[in-house]
Amino acid sequence: MAVHGETHNPALLHHFAEPQQQRDAASLGMWIFLSTEVMFFGGLFCAYLIYRLKFFGEFAAASQTLNWQLGMTNTAVLICSSLTVVLAVYAAQHAKRAMLLGSLVLTIILGFAFLGIKAVEYAEKFEKHHVPGPSFQFENVKVPTAPGQPERFANPSHAQIYFALYFVMTGLHALHMIIGIGIFVWLLLIAWKGRLTPEYNTPMEIGGLYWHFVDIVWIYLFPLLYLIDLRK
Amino acid sequence: MSEHSSSPLTTYVVIWIALLVGTALTVFAAHINLGPFNAAVALTIATAKALLVVLFFMHLRGASEKLLKLVVISTVFFLLILLALAMADYGTRLWS
Amino acid sequence: MATATAQPVERENYLNKHYGVGSWLLTTDHKRIALLYLLSITLFFFIGGFFALIIRLELLTPAGDLVQADTYNKLFTMHGMVMIFFFLIPSIPAVLGNFLVPIMIGAKDLAFPRINLLSWYLYIIGGIMMLHCMLTGGVDTGWTFYTPFSTAFTNTKIVEAGLAIFVAGFSSILTGLNFIVTIHRMRAPGMTWSRLPLFIWAHYATSIIQILGTPVVAITIVLVAVERTLHLGIFDPKLGGDPLLFQHLFWFYSHPAVYIMILPSMGIVSEIIACFARKRIFGYSFVAISSISIAVFGFLVWAHHMFVAGISVYAALLFSLLSYSVAVPSAVKVFNWTATLYKGSIRYDAPMLYAFGFLGLFTIGGLTGLFLACLGIDVHVTDTYFVVAHFHYIMVGGALMGYLGGMHFWWPKISGKLYPEGWARLAALIVFIGFNLTFFPQFILGYVGMPRRYYQYPQEFQVLNVLSTAGATVLGVGYLLPMIYFLWSMRYGKPAPDNPWNAAGLEWKTASPPTTYNFEEEPVVTWEAYNYEEIDAGHKEEVPVVG
Repeated sequence: MAVHGETHNPALLHHFAEPQQQRDAASLGMWIFLSTEVMFFGGLFCAYLIYRLKFFGEFAAASQTLNWQLGMTNTAVLICSSLTVVLAVYAAQHAKRAMLLGSLVLTIILGFAFLGIKAVEYAEKFEKHHVPGPSFQFENVKVPTAPGQPERFANPSHAQIYFALYFVMTGLHALHMIIGIGIFVWLLLIAWKGRLTPEYNTPMEIGGLYWHFVDIVWIYLFPLLYLIDLRK
Repeated sequence: MSEHSSSPLTTYVVIWIALLVGTALTVFAAHINLGPFNAAVALTIATAKALLVVLFFMHLRGASEKLLKLVVISTVFFLLILLALAMADYGTRLWS
Repeated sequence: MATATAQPVERENYLNKHYGVGSWLLTTDHKRIALLYLLSITLFFFIGGFFALIIRLELLTPAGDLVQADTYNKLFTMHGMVMIFFFLIPSIPAVLGNFLVPIMIGAKDLAFPRINLLSWYLYIIGGIMMLHCMLTGGVDTGWTFYTPFSTAFTNTKIVEAGLAIFVAGFSSILTGLNFIVTIHRMRAPGMTWSRLPLFIWAHYATSIIQILGTPVVAITIVLVAVERTLHLGIFDPKLGGDPLLFQHLFWFYSHPAVYIMILPSMGIVSEIIACFARKRIFGYSFVAISSISIAVFGFLVWAHHMFVAGISVYAALLFSLLSYSVAVPSAVKVFNWTATLYKGSIRYDAPMLYAFGFLGLFTIGGLTGLFLACLGIDVHVTDTYFVVAHFHYIMVGGALMGYLGGMHFWWPKISGKLYPEGWARLAALIVFIGFNLTFFPQFILGYVGMPRRYYQYPQEFQVLNVLSTAGATVLGVGYLLPMIYFLWSMRYGKPAPDNPWNAAGLEWKTASPPTTYNFEEEPVVTWEAYNYEEIDAGHKEEVPVVG
């Protein structure tokens, strides 16, 4: 409980009784916001689930045109960035300035690396006419079938649905990455100014929560989009 | 109120390695023919990875009160409701 | 206009603490933000009401002779979109919730005051986008903007309307987020969960729905916008897409949305009934838990809007069963309110008249929902005026009555002035009569087969339509009256005492109107909610303060 005579942390907002209450409110607020983000992406996962079951062959064939090595690299990039984020939080809590700044810079670099690889992938999809719309082409692509089953070609319309979901899901994810990088650039600025201390590092903590969420979305996107059917 | 649950650095590195191993495992399993179980394996590993991030990197494991865990569980629950009840339609359309 | 007697020096309160447009537009005081919302949603209410007026005028005659068919489509679409997204969903939470939630729990403000202001600005931006959309052609798909008409065939401004709703939805999410964090983290010492007013429980449940449901309609809008502009189609049947997927995603939110609209109103009714029956709400914990149950169960029933759309009959059976179950917690509340009235000392002030109206009309609306949940009946009456009557009984007879009752109940607290009670009772009566005259004939119309969203109808339906339009006129008068006398009271009303109703609740321990920070010192709560027996026995709780 608040002790009278204690000098208020300048970061303590007027309507809170004490810093811990403010911190708990911010933390709960961010978790609830992430909850809305889960439901936001959730609608896309629902669409994905339904169409994957309906058009599994086309989904498999379309998925095979993605570069799973790049996807796996991107997964590793994000996992490393989650480590740098959690190190940054630790550094802020323990007043380790060099570690804090370094971790934040690394996180931002890894974020840009992710987006860079994504850009390469998108360019490739554009060249191959796999972007849904009037110029979409997906002719003469065999649907992966079990041995002994008759061969068939993928229905381009159904494949187009896969790519529509691919672009919306990864595009929305990339948008969240861009916002995340923006948040971390701001965190770098305030960390540089010394405003993240063991007594008050809430922005770091909740910024970190957001970044981890973006990582988790990708943890699901990678197998669902890239690894539908790579069986020999 | 509890202090921030800041796990020691070694825990973070261990989890990081586990996540990378999980990723490699997912890719490896995707190349093997497990019949209908490929999807289940991929999702199970993905969920395990997500749990590691949530529990250790997002510090949910050390959270003193149940509220944050309740938020996470409720959210997952309602997402599953969306998926399951939509499938109640799509999965049964061809039954009659 | 000069008064003969000198005005007493006005005590400082949240209204007069700062002057100037800037002090309002940049405020973080939850009470001022509530008033900003009050102005905005009232404006949209009258815009939506204007569309309703034209609709009812057109329906006076069987021929389509007032407006063209395309215009009529736009009218009922805009009526629905404006009323649902820009009036009903924000109304009680953003006005009464914003004003009262912090005070009722003994806090100085919401957890995130700046996000609260952001919520209002998002609402305004969404509102301006919607207004612009309407003025430059509008939308004609019905407020439900089903695919593939909305994605592939209509030429109206779907994307703009959709984005307007997206922005307004974000406002709704932030309000819900603010309330949940506030209720968890900002309760005063002694204010345990079981001492919370049921108004708070209702808003907590509402906020859960706002948090979990709104994002799904948001992504649905994004998908429709993407399909229209970039032709990335997943609802397009030509590609093998399923238009019903849109409906699943749309109704996953839009059904729980109706509980966003009714739950806060139920919270108000609990407060009013307790005060004007001078009794603790019967079965407090049942009412509290039923609020949460409604929120949870409300997410399980959405496909009852799709019974005839082409879902599998097995899914229809499942959703029909679940829809019956969601009526149970609402019924629990109605029974508990009724039991509260039993042997209470009832007073018939205007707020109570609205609460009585709510009880009857919500019950009718809710019961007719059960008719619709029954597959056999639904096949007959879906997409007819029966459905229109059903949801207007709940939205207008339920939610709006509760809102008006709440506005009257808390008006002395909000404005520091008393409204004229005689006029208020008259207005309540006019609203009740006008409402029933407008919407009861529509149950019959639907049952005998008049489809909804049609501007022409067979001659034999005219009498009922004329009755309905007559009722709408009366109803309109009933809504105008409070507008007028509330405004009148701000200038000429008698100054209100701190607790004109002798009601329970922390808000009545603050001044009328309250100071900016509500409480001079943090209160410590030692009494149960609705302790009317103690209050009427003359026992005044001390409000022990910290320090």
